[in-house]
Amino acid sequence: MKVDTEFLSALKLGGEFDARMCINCGTCTALCPLGVELMPRRLFRYALLGNRDAVLGEAETIFSCLLCRLCEANCPAGIHIAENVRTLRTVVNRDVYGLAEA
Amino acid sequence: MPVPIASTLGMLGDNLRKRKSALPLRRRAVTGWTHGLDIPRGGETVLYTGQMWQMVPAIDAMSRQLAKYEGRSSARLFSVARSMNKVLNLTPFLARTSARERAAFDERLRNIAKLLKAAQVPFGYLYEDDLYAGGLAHDEGLDEAFRVQAQRVADALRRHGVRRVITVDPHTTNMLRSVYPTVVPGFDVQVKSYLEVLAERRLSATTKLGETVTFHDSCVYARYEGVLEEPRSLMKEGGITVLEPEMSGKLTFCCGGPLESLFPGKSAEIASRRVGQLSAVSKRVVTACPLCMANLKRVAPAGVTIEDVSDYLVKAYCPTPVPA
Repeated sequence: MKVDTEFLSALKLGGEFDARMCINCGTCTALCPLGVELMPRRLFRYALLGNRDAVLGEAETIFSCLLCRLCEANCPAGIHIAENVRTLRTVVNRDVYGLAEA
Repeated sequence: MPVPIASTLGMLGDNLRKRKSALPLRRRAVTGWTHGLDIPRGGETVLYTGQMWQMVPAIDAMSRQLAKYEGRSSARLFSVARSMNKVLNLTPFLARTSARERAAFDERLRNIAKLLKAAQVPFGYLYEDDLYAGGLAHDEGLDEAFRVQAQRVADALRRHGVRRVITVDPHTTNMLRSVYPTVVPGFDVQVKSYLEVLAERRLSATTKLGETVTFHDSCVYARYEGVLEEPRSLMKEGGITVLEPEMSGKLTFCCGGPLESLFPGKSAEIASRRVGQLSAVSKRVVTACPLCMANLKRVAPAGVTIEDVSDYLVKAYCPTPVPA
């Protein structure tokens, strides 16, 4: 796996994207109306590791999130899950869908 | 396989940049609901619709069209549609709506205006400057298109000297109250939902309705904006018994609406699950969001009614006109 530092800085870790406190408990996935199709903890782990290809490979999954915050309301670590997903969308829009100007 | 995401989001961004709306509507479709209500133009306090109620019939029609392409290889077709849409607004062709559908949604705005008048809340309206707030672009990560739209809305409010905004749906409330201050420098307009404005006034109902319903909390009102007690207290005072479904309040379950454009199949599955939870408690379901209402209505079986909270409140709080 290659750590993509440009990808890490695009996420503005600790600012717009904050998942460092994730304890990988899976409460988010257990509660998600979409079930196991969406696994924020997996996406966030890839992102924290700077694994750009693994994150961008999940583009469709990232756009299937409802942003309903049911996971977030129950997250024991208080992660801003919906805002993190939104941040990943901005990166996917730019790097996968070519919508940088949008 | 979802609807082609890149072209669909591209069209959304193009529409917002060029035509100032996700689904550009004709001016009459935006402001027609005010007919006969004598709402003054502008003022320090305005009712701001963000075009959400007006847009839902078009969103509904567009979703029906998009659903035909889910799971099919249609990337090329969508790419052509996006190119055409840059020159010609395709919304009226792709999202055809009937006058009856539009009138039903307009009626909810008229309900809200009547309720505010009955509560003696002074307010104006911006008419052609009642712009879409850009929530969909924000949610889909189209940050630049959203930022430009937020600035346009902020400029329009500043131009009219608006200090307080009364909103009519959760999404516009969230954009103006919680998101705009983070993207528009100096944005300090006070934003309240009409439900909050009415609840603050501690109104007395003119009619006790004596009905029993179940209430579906919108995720955005409940978990983003903390609007939980207001619709319940207003209904209770109106003589309505509100039964809580499995998953309510802060732990409400999504209506599936956010996926209706890109993943219409999944959206319908989630909506059906929610309708099941709600109808297990009461066949009369009340919502407080036009998107929730439309999405749940689409899958509701016969015998289950999905109505807006304003449909009930207007009967409870607005005096019935005496027949001539």
